[in-house]
Amino acid sequence: MRTRSTARTVVAALAGVLLAAGMAACGNSDTGGDSGGGGNDKLVLGFSQVGAESGWRTANTTSIKEAAGEAGVELKFDDAQQKQENQIKAIRNFIQQKVDVIAFSPVVESGWDTVLKEAKDAKIPVILTDRAVDSADKSLYKTFLGSDFKKEGRLAGEWLVEQKKAATGPVNIVELQGTTGSAPANDRKAGFGEAIAANPNLKIIASQSGDFTRAGGKQVMEQFLKANPKIDVLFAHNDDMGLGALEAITAAGKVPGKDITIITVDAVKDGMQALADGKFNFIAECSPLLGPQLMDLAKKVKAGEEVPARIETEETTFTQETAKEALPNRKY
Amino acid sequence: MNTVADRLRPLTGHRLFWPALVLVVMIAANTVYRPGFLAVEVKNGHLYGTPVDILRLSAPLILVALGMTLVIATGGIDLSVGSLCAISGAIACLHISGAADQNSPATVATALALAFGAALVLGAWNGVLVAVIGIQPIIATLILMVAGRGIAQLVTEGQIITINSGPYRAIGLGSFLTLPLAILIALAAALLVAAFTRRTALGLIVESVGGNAEASRLAGIRSRRVVFLVYVVSAACAALAGFMVTANVSSADGNAAGLWIELDAILAVVIGGTSLAGGRFSLSGTVLGALIIQTLTTTVYAMNISPQTSLLFKAVVVIAVCLVQAPAFRARFRRRRRGVEPGPAAPQREKEQVPA
Repeated sequence: MRTRSTARTVVAALAGVLLAAGMAACGNSDTGGDSGGGGNDKLVLGFSQVGAESGWRTANTTSIKEAAGEAGVELKFDDAQQKQENQIKAIRNFIQQKVDVIAFSPVVESGWDTVLKEAKDAKIPVILTDRAVDSADKSLYKTFLGSDFKKEGRLAGEWLVEQKKAATGPVNIVELQGTTGSAPANDRKAGFGEAIAANPNLKIIASQSGDFTRAGGKQVMEQFLKANPKIDVLFAHNDDMGLGALEAITAAGKVPGKDITIITVDAVKDGMQALADGKFNFIAECSPLLGPQLMDLAKKVKAGEEVPARIETEETTFTQETAKEALPNRKY
Repeated sequence: MNTVADRLRPLTGHRLFWPALVLVVMIAANTVYRPGFLAVEVKNGHLYGTPVDILRLSAPLILVALGMTLVIATGGIDLSVGSLCAISGAIACLHISGAADQNSPATVATALALAFGAALVLGAWNGVLVAVIGIQPIIATLILMVAGRGIAQLVTEGQIITINSGPYRAIGLGSFLTLPLAILIALAAALLVAAFTRRTALGLIVESVGGNAEASRLAGIRSRRVVFLVYVVSAACAALAGFMVTANVSSADGNAAGLWIELDAILAVVIGGTSLAGGRFSLSGTVLGALIIQTLTTTVYAMNISPQTSLLFKAVVVIAVCLVQAPAFRARFRRRRRGVEPGPAAPQREKEQVPA
């Protein structure tokens, strides 16, 4: 009796979640339809965003909207709220509206073949941004514009190798990984590992997941510091974990940036501030500001020009000196 | 052999013996792995060491689990506590970040009052849905669990709000008489709840409502009022926990603050020996359960268990804790080992009281 009612409760709970999600989706699917006609020569770009799950993503959205305005592109923007079905629906809408180019950041990697084929049949070119899809048929999209996470890890590692080339003894590195199994965590780890293999003195002595959050980074770093008396370098897969670790390092009576060299990835505002203040030592940028590049690409594919199948976001790296110069102009 | 077992029976028969044993075994294993695990020293005027970290980090979980214990004792459940943590932390940090002087105690006090008030209103919302309208608790609180994350993100506008406020930071990181302030707050809350439930008839009333709400009503207890109250108390505890979580890193992250803490809290309550069916609760057990969960998390980092296997490791330990604690499981195990005499099966009072 009891178990049956529990089961019924759980089913009802799930139904409630689905219902709520469905309503949220309905309420949002008609965004960005401000001007329906558009028969002029203005390029019309349909863009479907993943959602608004982080500050990084918000900056990404702002960049695309601003760049569209500057480039004179008519943007039809859709927020998929992290759901693939919303995104597929949005792309079908774009096809029906006969936009010139479709661009989107896929929520997940798989399951896009059908809808991409529909776009291809309608002769609308597709550009992927930020995240890739795993379709075997590469002709389904024109190009993929996004960051190279592996390169970010490699840049971080190469900088460290350069800094420590005079080191004769072992250099102990601890690593704060991103969410276990996520592409940025896997690729940054791999890239960093490849780069530091150049110097056998550089050794990762501990590596744990801090889930890309400040609290996670801090909690893990506290234990790293207690378990390992000599830590020379911290490599964090994003700024936030590095920022959390700062507090743990200070509490342990060490000076971040001096006693422990700190390398991170992302270059969000708080991270850049820490770098300019001398608490971080190096940041490999992972830029969300791909709007201008996207508009360029959209115009090119519309004009029928050939574009490379993989285009990296324009990214740089920051040291303490360059961070001071760049900080006043940071948008996110 | 038998006499030793007999003499130990009062000890092993105690409700909290098995969870406490698990905690001791975990700490012992850590000490074997790294002899400095229990080392505590004084740094900058407060204690520094892994045991201190465990106490400090378990404080938010203890608070949330306290509220959850009372809710579960009435036969309900509160899934919204994680979102409430995020909302209260976000409101407090937003107010402080907008103030001219972030270090002024008045600003921090206003921020705390605002956030606490908002949490009480949301707790009352849960209470009304469950006690007045009569929606199943798991559904009623699920609404706020889902919507609450959205509210927190609306408050923070999807960004991480960073603050630089000494008094607020102290809630998560300060120390009093060299002890972490957070754990003192949590223990004070635990003592307060214990005093209210065990020194007055309130605890008995909560248990009787959880055992059988209708019978309690017929016996003259205002069941609805009691049920309403426990959801408000749970929200208040979650708000305090939210302050600690955000103060710990001096920033409010609407996405990550208090994420999945409701599940850890339910687990802490269960490990502590409170029946999920309602009608019986143990506050000291809940505190112990929360300490076990935090120790387990810290163990993963301290032993550097790889992130790919850490979840499995945690699951195995949790299953072991739950099994070793179940009288029925122990009785079966004992029977099989001795092969004779059924042994004292689960005493009557250990049986779960299932409401009709």
